[in-house]
Amino acid sequence: MMVEKVSKQENTTDYQKIETAARRRKKTAAVITYILLSAWAVIVLFPFYWMVLTSVKSYSAYNAEYIPRFFTLSPTMQNYVEAFTAVPLGRYLLNTLIFTLVTTFVMLVVITLAAFAFARLEFRGKNVMFVFFLSMMMIPNELAVITNFMTVTNLDMRNSFAGLILPSVMSVFYVYLLKENFEQIPDSLYYAAKVDGTSDLRYLLRVMIPISKPTLVTITILKVIECWNSYVWPRLITDDPDYFLVSNGIQEIRENGFGRENIPAMMAAVVVISVPLILLFLVFHKKIMEGVSRGGTKG
Amino acid sequence: MKRDKISNSNLKGWLYLLPAVLFLGVFMVYPLVDVLVYSFEEGYNSASQTYFGIGSYNYAYVLRDPYFLQALKNTFLLVIITVPLSTGIALLISLGLNSVKPFRDLFQTIYFLPYVTNTLAVGMVFMILFKKTAYSDGLINLLIRCFGGEGVDFIDGPYWAKMFVLCIYTIWVVMPFKILILTSALAAVDQQYYNAAKVDGTSKFRTFARITLPMISPMIFYLIITGFIGAFKAYSDVVALFGTNLNAAGMNTIVGYVYDMLYGDSGGYPSYASAAAILLFAIVFTITCINLLISKRKVHY
Repeated sequence: MMVEKVSKQENTTDYQKIETAARRRKKTAAVITYILLSAWAVIVLFPFYWMVLTSVKSYSAYNAEYIPRFFTLSPTMQNYVEAFTAVPLGRYLLNTLIFTLVTTFVMLVVITLAAFAFARLEFRGKNVMFVFFLSMMMIPNELAVITNFMTVTNLDMRNSFAGLILPSVMSVFYVYLLKENFEQIPDSLYYAAKVDGTSDLRYLLRVMIPISKPTLVTITILKVIECWNSYVWPRLITDDPDYFLVSNGIQEIRENGFGRENIPAMMAAVVVISVPLILLFLVFHKKIMEGVSRGGTKG
Repeated sequence: MKRDKISNSNLKGWLYLLPAVLFLGVFMVYPLVDVLVYSFEEGYNSASQTYFGIGSYNYAYVLRDPYFLQALKNTFLLVIITVPLSTGIALLISLGLNSVKPFRDLFQTIYFLPYVTNTLAVGMVFMILFKKTAYSDGLINLLIRCFGGEGVDFIDGPYWAKMFVLCIYTIWVVMPFKILILTSALAAVDQQYYNAAKVDGTSKFRTFARITLPMISPMIFYLIITGFIGAFKAYSDVVALFGTNLNAAGMNTIVGYVYDMLYGDSGGYPSYASAAAILLFAIVFTITCINLLISKRKVHY
């Protein structure tokens, strides 16, 4: 009787053993996965942490640390004051804001009209034009920059908002994206509106734009990010600090600002420049990620 | 009457298209023609807007310029190192993300953060992490020391160290886009295939090699092409790390060479800039074509 009991127990333990082993293996795999995922998250977040941390260390404390500390017990706002007073950071921010808003607004008008023409109107040469637009998507910007630089210089538009904005407006890809979206709106709506005597423009404003709002919002956010971060064109076309955008501003600060090696103040400026977009991202991260996975690329 | 209507609607269509066509014409099409013309005009003088003749001298000059050759070498190294590495790591991370449930959205959101940040601003953080100054060796050097290595100045030091930090930063910058594309590609694979494999008792590795990889190969291929194009056009992340005087740092890229020829202390040579830009375009175009040819044989659609 004793023996029977033992063997029965052994049987169940054998079965349990296999199950627990399988469960344990699964658990170990999950733990390793989470460790690796967290490691990458740390790599992504660490520069941001370091930038905020350095920006609240005082100048003397930062330079006294041969071994940089991972925290600070006496955070100071002095660097932020410095960032706004020693260099015209406020000016750079304002310029960037104007540049971003105007460029994005003009682009929205231009691409909405073009997408409407492609999606809704019938005219001779439409298909040829559309293929032409698509082919323009393949052309790298770097090829156009040289002539645009000469054009803007010859027109005496260096150091002006017109010179900054006009060549940055057009984004062929967004015309394509919006056209695809417009085409999903049923034709019957258009014919109903036509019967009621609605004009094309009114139909665009009252029906198509409201229906396509999600896509328009995505396009707007992506363009705002692009404008806020643009560096090459503004650098070529402005040498007067009154017209610098934040990217050029930060480069200027690095090379000439704050006297010698005031890294905490530099990091304060970097934080100020990065915060608006990070806030935008935190609010709209679903939309941004969805928009980018539909075909945005960086740069 | 009918004819009137058609020409009327023709006019209307073109009217709606006009702003876009104007912008494209002035800032894209005209420049494309112009840059080609510039590149063949020899001895162009931007002050008097005159030139001596037509020929391939500009290309010959650029191809012999040691700065261009250095930029070419830097760019090729950057492309060859970062494109496979970043695609591989992104694939690993996406597979990891795909296999867990809790916190997946959180991780995904964190991973995407570098996409929206200013390349120049964050590049400066990388610079202070890697730089050796009079006051401190920098965090990374201290870490290397901890593991018994020899510290080195990654920003003003030897070439390999500068290349190393550039590759690290480039990978950090391009990762969000790749992870995003690959995780959505992985999520789109039909679960039925995996269930069938499970019933057959297929090993994990075999499942990956025979099901997952073929199913997402179009997206991997898309990432490799966009990665090649993006890395060939590297510029602002290099500026963020090494400053605007890239020729002096020996870290210039092809795009940087174009801009330096155009503007700044060494600028004023739009013809050389044009020739270099056309060469860049030719390289990118050739590599994209080669990629397309290979993919025709390897990629399952």
